[in-house]
Amino acid sequence: MSKAGLLLKRTIPTLAGTVAAALLLAGCGGASVNQAAAAGSTDTACGTVNVALNAWVGYTANAAVYSYIAQNKLGCTVVQKDLSEQISWQGFGSGEVDVILENWGHEDLAKQYITDQKVAVDAGPTGNEGHIGWYVPPWMVQKYPDILDSKNLNKYASLLATSESGGKGQVLDGDPAFVTNDEALVKNLGLDYKVVFSGSEAALIQSFRTAEKNKTPLLGYFYEPQWFLSEVPLKKVSLPAYTPGCDSDAEKVACDYPDYKLNKVMAKKFADSGSPAAKLLKAFSWTNADQNSVATDIQGGMKPDAAAKKWVDAHPDVVAAWLK
Amino acid sequence: MSTLVRDRAPVQTGLVSVRAPRKRLSRRTLILGGAGVVWLIGFLFLHGTATLTLPASELTDLHRSLNQFNAWVASNRADNPVFQYVFTPLRAAVDAVANLFIGIFAASSTGLRLPEIGWLGTVALLSWIAFAVGNARVALLTAAAFVFFGLQGLFVEAAYTFALVITAVLFTLLIGIPLGVLAGVYGRVAKVITPVLDFMQTLPTFVYLAPLALIFLIGPASAVIATVIYAAPPVIRLTAHGIRCIPENTREASDSLGTTGWQRLLTLQLPLARRTIVMGINQTTMAALSMVTIAALIAAPGLGQVVIRALQSLDVGTAVNAGLSIVLLAIVLDRVTTAASRRAEPGANRKRRISRRTRYILLAATLLVVLAMVQLSRTMLWAAAFPKDLNIGPAIVSGVSSASEWLQTNLFLFTVSFREAVTNGILNPFQSLLTETPFYLLVAVIVLAAFALGGWKLAAVTATCLAVIIYLGLWSDSMVTLAGTLVATAVVMVLGVIFGVAMGRSSKVDQLMRPMLDAGQTMPAFVYLVPFLGLFGATRFTAIIAGIIYAAPVAIKITADGIAAISPTVMEAAVSSGSTPWQVITKVQLPMARQSLALAANQGLIYVLAMVVVGALVGAGGLGYDVVAGFVQSSLFGKGLAAGLAIVFLGILLDRMTQAAAANPVRKVLSAKSPAH
Repeated sequence: MSKAGLLLKRTIPTLAGTVAAALLLAGCGGASVNQAAAAGSTDTACGTVNVALNAWVGYTANAAVYSYIAQNKLGCTVVQKDLSEQISWQGFGSGEVDVILENWGHEDLAKQYITDQKVAVDAGPTGNEGHIGWYVPPWMVQKYPDILDSKNLNKYASLLATSESGGKGQVLDGDPAFVTNDEALVKNLGLDYKVVFSGSEAALIQSFRTAEKNKTPLLGYFYEPQWFLSEVPLKKVSLPAYTPGCDSDAEKVACDYPDYKLNKVMAKKFADSGSPAAKLLKAFSWTNADQNSVATDIQGGMKPDAAAKKWVDAHPDVVAAWLK
Repeated sequence: MSTLVRDRAPVQTGLVSVRAPRKRLSRRTLILGGAGVVWLIGFLFLHGTATLTLPASELTDLHRSLNQFNAWVASNRADNPVFQYVFTPLRAAVDAVANLFIGIFAASSTGLRLPEIGWLGTVALLSWIAFAVGNARVALLTAAAFVFFGLQGLFVEAAYTFALVITAVLFTLLIGIPLGVLAGVYGRVAKVITPVLDFMQTLPTFVYLAPLALIFLIGPASAVIATVIYAAPPVIRLTAHGIRCIPENTREASDSLGTTGWQRLLTLQLPLARRTIVMGINQTTMAALSMVTIAALIAAPGLGQVVIRALQSLDVGTAVNAGLSIVLLAIVLDRVTTAASRRAEPGANRKRRISRRTRYILLAATLLVVLAMVQLSRTMLWAAAFPKDLNIGPAIVSGVSSASEWLQTNLFLFTVSFREAVTNGILNPFQSLLTETPFYLLVAVIVLAAFALGGWKLAAVTATCLAVIIYLGLWSDSMVTLAGTLVATAVVMVLGVIFGVAMGRSSKVDQLMRPMLDAGQTMPAFVYLVPFLGLFGATRFTAIIAGIIYAAPVAIKITADGIAAISPTVMEAAVSSGSTPWQVITKVQLPMARQSLALAANQGLIYVLAMVVVGALVGAGGLGYDVVAGFVQSSLFGKGLAAGLAIVFLGILLDRMTQAAAANPVRKVLSAKSPAH
């Protein structure tokens, strides 16, 4: 037998022995501190709630407050999972996700998972109203007051040109996951602009922040409710007004975005389980100001849990109504 | 494809003029020059026509039909036999193993969600294993690193990541080693497997994350399966390589004793190849770690989730804190597996300072202590969950945050003008040269260049790759990506030569640089993207920097190894004949290391291409953007899939062309593909 074989012979039994010993300990090592403590806390009927965390801080605020109440007032175990929107919906089928706390439209996903597959159900509005649009940093409005009308945008195209936009003005878009008609808008409104994708909410915010700080021109996609607007109050450019149906053909859109009534979605199984956390989810509803205050705290460095506690302690009536 | 060659000029000219016979060189240069002239003239007269541009939100029929995959999976999940008998049981099995390890190290699903073995037991047990397979030094490193995770406030997250890495490596070895043995023993198997492995390594991870999540649903199972796909190639390749490299006469000696195939495998081939196989395990482990981080996007728990969450809120401090844990975990896994491979070297036992007997006694005694600590960590709360007040995480976070803020405020003007200069001066002209030339002209130029570099065969491969890209409907996006990739690779090669020569000439510089290079390779790209985003904004420039940071370490390491490997006698001869250091570098070292340089260029290109998708998160556009968008928007799913394939074909094209440009001898080195560490 070669040395190699000897080494294998030596390593494998020792490893196996260790693992076996560890498992043995795990199996019959008596009551562990984990189980001992568990005996006290499993009385509640709530169980585990899997909350999807989508990629913007406003969502985190909703999730933080919901999770805090579910954990501390209902005794649930909350597991938060960072996921993109589409992946979160997929989680309804597998049982990996029970709750989505802020949904922006997504009619295709709603059709697939609520209507067709019947693995998810609508849990009602969050009370937040969402606006999508084109925004500029406040210093630009002071210097160029008429920029807020989309008809005047072509005048500023050369000002807004960057090395990324190939000689035209730049419209900076965000995360690829976000709802956007911007390319069609540029084309159909006859604007001398090019849509440039920054790739994420993080990139978008960073760009607006530096634009305001260094007084550099910028026109970009943004949305409310958003905590960043309380740090830098961006101004919305008015596009031709929205009328119902004007955005039905994605290629021919020439109007502003609709107002989104943001809603919550939950897994069918979770809704049918009779869990108090499902009841709480249906009742959960608050204002844009509420969300912004929590989101600003989180952004200021507070842990989401602590920011949620601060808001819950300051609004006992609202929370009591949700728990009724 | 004259520009491709021009980019590489500082590296390649010396090479070609030394190696190739004179006649062939002149013909090659002639064709390349001709192709370049045709391209420029065509660009001047026809520019802007037939560019095959497809706006980001528009689809072709092919993309729409690929979208159907989504609906197909949804409607077949319940009753299709493939799902019933293959995918669903597979998912259950992988999930069970993953949950076993997660339960042992990270968190059980019951009670206080404490793991079966608390932090104290985990530290003790893992250090002991490191001692058993490696040595006392790596055991100490393991203990220190895991305690540090606790101090960072990230013990549970690190334990999750560790548990997933262990699961993935286990499955990878289960599949990879037998496949590697087969490929090593039978040349025919190797021929079939090699292109598949190439494909697996060039396919951007984002591309298969989405379909995998669709088939296996999100969660640990999909994360592990994605990781296995990503991490299996190195161990398969190196196992096959190790078995193939056994000297012919050794094999014959064994055959002459009348051994059967099985006997030969067990007594000769496996033992002799063992060191290479363990090296493969090392590479696989490192790949698994980097993939498990990315798999956070499909709900894999652990450190990756912390990094992604920090990115969403632009929290550089938190991202760096978690990134530090990932780098440390990578160092631990690397050092332990490296120590294990040293121990696996034939004859390693003879050199031991302590006798085997003493070692056994030591191992047994420490095992008892370890078991006691494991038991303690199961019964005492302080040993089960890491004490919360011992936490230096916030200090790290705020320190890094203020440093990065200072950089962003004070360097802004300098960085912006630098970015604008590079973008307007180099990137934009080059990109418009690629995107605004009519596609038929560019195809002709590239195929002609391929013919000059590698004859009819390469020209045919190139033409096929380009045809596929056009069929996928993503020609214009591919050219945008190509422009960025080539610019990044050019910078990578400049860095590779400068630092590689410095490291190859001085072992002190080498010792200083190597840990930094390791960190650059293992730090998840997400982490260092945030400060660069602050400095340079969301642009193609930032994406190029991300590619450079990821690819430069490989190019530098390969160049340094090549320079260091030049025989000292040659160097002495050059120095004693009165050459200046500059002359030694340009006349002796660089020409003699030409194979390494070619390999560095090739690998640099592949690594830059691997970052294309991550670059899209900070404004790269092109194919990377299509992939990211396809991952997050179901209506773009098919386009993302097509873009992923286009990246693969672009990769094959660039790989084959650089290999051909570097002339034949390099090909042998490449087939092993083991240069990273």
